[in-house]
Amino acid sequence: MTLSYQAVVAGRGFDVALTVRPGETVAVMGPNGAGKSTLLSSIAGLLRPDSGRAELNGRTLFRLGHEAGGGKQAWTPPHLRGTALLAQEPLLFPHLNAADNVAFGPRSTGTGKHAAKERAVRWLAEVGVEDLAGRRPAQLSGGQAQRVAVARALAADPALLLLDEPLAALDIHSAPLLRRLFKRVLAGRQAIIVTHDVLDALMLADRVVILEDGKVAEEGPTREVLERPRSRFAAGLAGLNFVPGVLDAAGVRTAGGLEISGHAEELEPGPGEPDLPPTPGSPGVAVFPPSAVSVFLDDAHGSPRNSFPVTITDLEPHGDQVRVRAGGLAADITPAASADLALVPGMTVHFVVKAAAVSVYGT
Amino acid sequence: MPPGSTPHAYTAIPGWVRALAVVAAVVVVLPLLAMVLRVDWTHFVPLVTSESSLTALALSLRTSAASTVLCIVLGVPLAVVLARDTFRLQGLLRSLVLLPLVLPPVVGGIALLYTFGRQGLLGRTLDVLGLQIAFSTTAVVLAQTFVALPFLVVSLEGALRTSGSRYEAVAATLGAPPGIVFRRVTLPLVLPGLASGAVLSFARSLGEFGATLTFAGSLQGVTRTLPLEIYLQRETDPDAAVALSLVLVAVAVAVVALAYRRPAAARTGSGRTTAAAPAGGNVT
Repeated sequence: MTLSYQAVVAGRGFDVALTVRPGETVAVMGPNGAGKSTLLSSIAGLLRPDSGRAELNGRTLFRLGHEAGGGKQAWTPPHLRGTALLAQEPLLFPHLNAADNVAFGPRSTGTGKHAAKERAVRWLAEVGVEDLAGRRPAQLSGGQAQRVAVARALAADPALLLLDEPLAALDIHSAPLLRRLFKRVLAGRQAIIVTHDVLDALMLADRVVILEDGKVAEEGPTREVLERPRSRFAAGLAGLNFVPGVLDAAGVRTAGGLEISGHAEELEPGPGEPDLPPTPGSPGVAVFPPSAVSVFLDDAHGSPRNSFPVTITDLEPHGDQVRVRAGGLAADITPAASADLALVPGMTVHFVVKAAAVSVYGT
Repeated sequence: MPPGSTPHAYTAIPGWVRALAVVAAVVVVLPLLAMVLRVDWTHFVPLVTSESSLTALALSLRTSAASTVLCIVLGVPLAVVLARDTFRLQGLLRSLVLLPLVLPPVVGGIALLYTFGRQGLLGRTLDVLGLQIAFSTTAVVLAQTFVALPFLVVSLEGALRTSGSRYEAVAATLGAPPGIVFRRVTLPLVLPGLASGAVLSFARSLGEFGATLTFAGSLQGVTRTLPLEIYLQRETDPDAAVALSLVLVAVAVAVVALAYRRPAAARTGSGRTTAAAPAGGNVT
């Protein structure tokens, strides 16, 4: 009961390998155009990669290009894959009522009319909309329609559930309810969920995969990725400052010559990674929260502190703080401090952060 | 919201555009009006119920119905392949299929004659099989199908493109093989487009003249459809020709009303599909 997947779509610069273990829910995150939809489409069989191979529970989904070697190419059409796809929009068939929509999967795979109907009613009840069974999709609200779509996908009894930003099109009242529903139905179910919301990853997924530019930038247990991000995107999700560079004795030296000292983090070595501690000279990152950064008008270099001159690009409200963005970093200060310093974009200030607040680790 | 209660939105239409639009409407309506004014109402019923008229009308309805069925059976697959598949020379095929729309029907008739006629491309083969198509009722149906097929294909292809293939993709991931997707998703979603295409094909078949005359001749009860009857009567009995013309106008008006009301009804009815709306519009 495992998905193993590796595929290349040359035209989109997509080259991703991924494994989903039995009963595991994997969140896929990344900037727009990173290849998240390409990943789902190629697993579902709606897009044919140039090369690669994928297997789901021992069944070959595809074996294409040089991956097939001298052997024969293979391609399983979407309807034989057992990978139900749930998109941002519910895409309920507009000419069928809710119950018939849910019964569509079972009916299509040979279940009798009565049995399919019973299954539909059961799944509608499971997602809490059994009273809407007779409604046409046009008579459903966005949240109701998405619930019916969830029931429809689950009623097809998929081996792997593919969710493409299933909460993105919902209003702020429906999304939390749907998220709770997903938490319930995804428990112990093999699924891949593409999402922009770090909350989805935390609540729904066992593991998160970060895609950037068509490649896997980082993957690991959700909590670990958010606490120890190794990619700029994951750091952004966790709301952390992220400075990549080269490890040295005290911390990290960036390509621009900036030296940031911090404390080295002990990391569990990932599978296939060398044991830590990493040697100086290898790539590493310095990571620290915006709340640990102070802003000074001039260079106030206390001993175990990092201080670097930056030019303010933006000031924005952040909770009850003011977030100061400068030089690709962020600092959270109180509105009073911001007013005292008379901060405006374009101003040059010093960001100061204690070495003790900076985590340094190899990537 | 009923149309009467919608507040007036700003429309940027210059006066001269409105004026020309009126002229255009007159160009279409005035000749029809002129014809209606020439109708000899006292003899109208006997004129349109004469034996030759009724025979021609019955033949017209029969052959048009047959060619509409043929258009659906052949046109639906063609439209699906044109709208959904991608293959080499697709653009060329689409242009060729649309050719009968702009071709003079008499040219179509000649082309059919040199395909199915005795001396034609397939004529000898058909002759051996004991089939003679030219100058038979079958020829009438073939001629009508030839000129009417593009109407169905264009209208259905438009509907298919508008409805998109996303529902079909979802259906496939739910486990539905292509046959079931086609029957339970593709076709129901474009039903309004298919209906208006079929109605327009029927109307075009009913009015077909040039290709029929060339390829099928004008044999009473066999190939002489209503338009041919009207043309013939014009020589001998202009009043009968006008009366029969009015019958065809009435049928045409009914058909157009049917074709253009459907999408609107579907839109306001139950939000059945978004595919329906532009289906009729593509055909004009």
